[in-house]
Amino acid sequence: MATEKETIQFSDSALSKAKEIIGRYPEGKQKSALLPLLHLAQSEFDGWLSPAVMDYVASLLQIKPIEVYEVATFYTMFNLEPVGNHLLEVCRTGPCWLRGAEDIVKRIEQKLNIKVGETTADGKFTLKTVECLGSCGTAPMLQCGATFFENLSEESVEVLIEKLAKQKRSSYLRPTEINVG
Amino acid sequence: MGRQLLLEHIAVPGIETFEVYRKMGGYASVEKALKTMTPDQVTEQVKNSGLRGRGGAGFPAGMKWSFLDRKSDKPRYLVCNADESEPGTFKDRYLMEKIPHLLVEGMITSSYALGAKTSYIYIRGEYMYVLQILEKAIREAYAAGFLGKNILGTDYSLDLYVHPGAGAYICGEETALLESLEGKRGNPRLKPPFPAIAGLYASPTVVNNVETIAAVVPIVNLGGDEYAKVGVGKSTGTKLISASGHINKPGVYEIEMGLPVEEFIYSDQYCGGIWKGRKLKAVVAGGSSVPILPAELILKTAKGEPRLMTYESLADGGFTSGTMLGSGGFIVMDETTCIVRNLWTFARFYHHESCGQCSPCREGTGWMEKVLHRIEHGHGQMSDIDLLVDVAKKIEGNTICPLGDAAAWPVASAIRHFREEFEYHVKYPEKVKNPKHFEIEPFVSSKQLVMV
Amino acid sequence: MAKVTIDGIEIEVADGTTILNAARQLGGASVPPAMCYYSSLKGSGGKCRVCLVKVAQGSSKDPRPIPKLVASCSTPVADGMVVQNLTSPEVLEARKGVVEFLLINHPLDCPVCDQAGECDLQNLAYEHGASTTRYEEERRTFEKIDIGDKIKLHMTRCILCYRCTMVANQLTDNRVHGVLNRGDASEISTYIEKAVDNDFSGNMIDVCPVGALTDKTFRFKSRVWFTKPMDAHRSCTKCSGKTVLWMKDNEVLRVTARKDQYGEVKEFICNECRYDHKNAADWTIEGPRHIDRHSVIAQNHYEKTDLLTLKKEIERQIEFQKGKPLPLALDEKK
Repeated sequence: MATEKETIQFSDSALSKAKEIIGRYPEGKQKSALLPLLHLAQSEFDGWLSPAVMDYVASLLQIKPIEVYEVATFYTMFNLEPVGNHLLEVCRTGPCWLRGAEDIVKRIEQKLNIKVGETTADGKFTLKTVECLGSCGTAPMLQCGATFFENLSEESVEVLIEKLAKQKRSSYLRPTEINVG
Repeated sequence: MGRQLLLEHIAVPGIETFEVYRKMGGYASVEKALKTMTPDQVTEQVKNSGLRGRGGAGFPAGMKWSFLDRKSDKPRYLVCNADESEPGTFKDRYLMEKIPHLLVEGMITSSYALGAKTSYIYIRGEYMYVLQILEKAIREAYAAGFLGKNILGTDYSLDLYVHPGAGAYICGEETALLESLEGKRGNPRLKPPFPAIAGLYASPTVVNNVETIAAVVPIVNLGGDEYAKVGVGKSTGTKLISASGHINKPGVYEIEMGLPVEEFIYSDQYCGGIWKGRKLKAVVAGGSSVPILPAELILKTAKGEPRLMTYESLADGGFTSGTMLGSGGFIVMDETTCIVRNLWTFARFYHHESCGQCSPCREGTGWMEKVLHRIEHGHGQMSDIDLLVDVAKKIEGNTICPLGDAAAWPVASAIRHFREEFEYHVKYPEKVKNPKHFEIEPFVSSKQLVMV
Repeated sequence: MAKVTIDGIEIEVADGTTILNAARQLGGASVPPAMCYYSSLKGSGGKCRVCLVKVAQGSSKDPRPIPKLVASCSTPVADGMVVQNLTSPEVLEARKGVVEFLLINHPLDCPVCDQAGECDLQNLAYEHGASTTRYEEERRTFEKIDIGDKIKLHMTRCILCYRCTMVANQLTDNRVHGVLNRGDASEISTYIEKAVDNDFSGNMIDVCPVGALTDKTFRFKSRVWFTKPMDAHRSCTKCSGKTVLWMKDNEVLRVTARKDQYGEVKEFICNECRYDHKNAADWTIEGPRHIDRHSVIAQNHYEKTDLLTLKKEIERQIEFQKGKPLPLALDEKK
């Protein structure tokens, strides 16, 4: 985990990706790259944005750190505290609720023995409820990193958790191939 | 099944690749526009088509294009709004995921019409995997000479990028989207100035929904007049409907405008009827923010005419007995649904998504959620029901952007049409303790008007 | 130039003037209140919604009314525009709603708040609010924090006008605080502990319409209405040096910039003048400052202004302007 003392620095590939992203916006408008760069940073630095990581992104874009904090705290996809390897975000808005989202949340809580908002003791899973993810026709569903797991049932979500438990950290940028039937 | 103008080739294997898409006639609109039409002629066709913005507001797209300040010496931008976040709406994701080149093609043709040299697709951050599908499609289009310098050997050049959001419904509001694209908090701007005059980087900008931009492809291919022949009256063309909730076949359907609502719900071509053999109770026809209607009013207007899937027919009766087509997020509820609990999830959503910039929305959305939470959990009072109506009224129309209205309308309409259910929650707190109360003991209105 | 009618009174103003500023040029009771707009801060306004007014006629070219109420602080006038402020029951009802929204999560801790007596929210609630609350839910609270050694941030009282962030952006070159989080969880903060340290940072206190940002060198020293405001100046290399000293006998309890009748500072002052010269001998005292005492306490009357009476008074004057004989004023009838 990135500590404040450690120097925060993108890997070479991430740095060149960052430069490519900055190049998509007109000269002097590099602040536009902030959201994509924060996504990149979150994926690079263990799935969350520490103040030191945000300061690093500010330096890349030559903006004030507060401009990054203001933005990072506005958008719900940015984790401002460490999260488990697999962040389970269950949609709970109307259309998902109609198809049983509350049962899915309950089943995950039982299976992992945590409540919404908590992380398992082994640091593998964090459970959150989120608002509409645009997957209402395949409800109930959850998002884990960059992957949508849809048409869930109480049984299939257990299978999903067992399969995820065997995997390393879920990627925030690339979807995972897991079949839960 | 009616005419398909957008999803006609969706089932063709490999349609997500340039090769197959092109083989099926893809990118013809780019060739036609760049080689045989002036930008103004393309705009004219869009005007003639009668196409209305597919993101929810239904504003005539051609008119929006014509507002673009073409005299300014600043660069002009086209920004595609792919921040689809209205609960009940998932059509744009479906389109981008299954047939990404349709959007890329629409972006090129539309950018040409507007004189944009750089265009952006702002996609909600949660759709990260769709972003990658789009980026792959864009790479293929560059490789085939449809993007980049001197497209198809003409002097028109265009760069196209995809930009991810990061979890904020409010960025679907076009000025909040532009703020976000500039790397800021998604606070909607005060209007005027409108984006057509001062949008992205204070330059003239058009922001259009994914489906709107995709529709430019058949409009240019067929001609605006031909496109306008599809549909009914001022609701021209086809519309993607996201169908969800208690139906047998949830999913995205392309319908010809004018399809009867009853046919859409019960026909096997579309929703396939209500699941588990149950009865229809209510529908939210255009995404969570539009007024909810009970079964008898969604199937027939107050005058007793069949309700059609058009902007006009769904709005028939105003907010007293009608609703809106909105984004086409069609949420169906069966007889066991608790209207109060469904509304509470919506209120919670708007509370969560309010940007917090203006006071009525920042404070009012949270207030409504808390009161609804109390009522739903059996801690409400009769006076809370009128309090909700009044708070909704004080938010509506008084905020910077339409999120305030979007939060107020569902509350006002649910109480308008289902007041007895709210009263039931206050009168019988014991009966609503179980979250699935109406599945256990169905709510029966004393008026007996709910079931069809 | 554009001719605009506000509550029946006509005025000609420069093109591009906002409705609010046109009303301010007119002066009097028809000036809409403003909690977030601040004329010298670029980009301010539009947020609080207390200045909403009705545009009954858009312009002489297009006389259609604007369907929704508009924020007068950010809507420019048009020639022939007809605006209703106090003469529109719709406006008064909406404003009452906005005041209620601003108050539901406000701590109402005026008895222990330094801002009491010069608080815009207090005045607003007095003029437009209801005397009871309908809010039964738990109120939002935040921890009090220091932002720098001279400023106390009491976020619970904040109405999110954004003015202080604009001061930091436009008067100082290194903004370290901003608006964090979202919705009703939004807060003014530095995120990580950082001191707001800049020669002009103290102006954030003066632009704050409520008691969210207070001067730590003055906190709990005195109620403002027990102090004597005196215009004073000193020669200063950083600012104009023109200030108001808030004195008790010969003791300077507080130094602020000078505010106009709408509570706006026209010449911002530096931190040295504000904090480091609490000795009367450091200043040339010009004389007592006239304060437009609009607050509840300063007016020394606790009976609510009857808006209906005010409206009738305005209507009476409109009739007069139309050339009709001046009807009897309400109190004359008695």
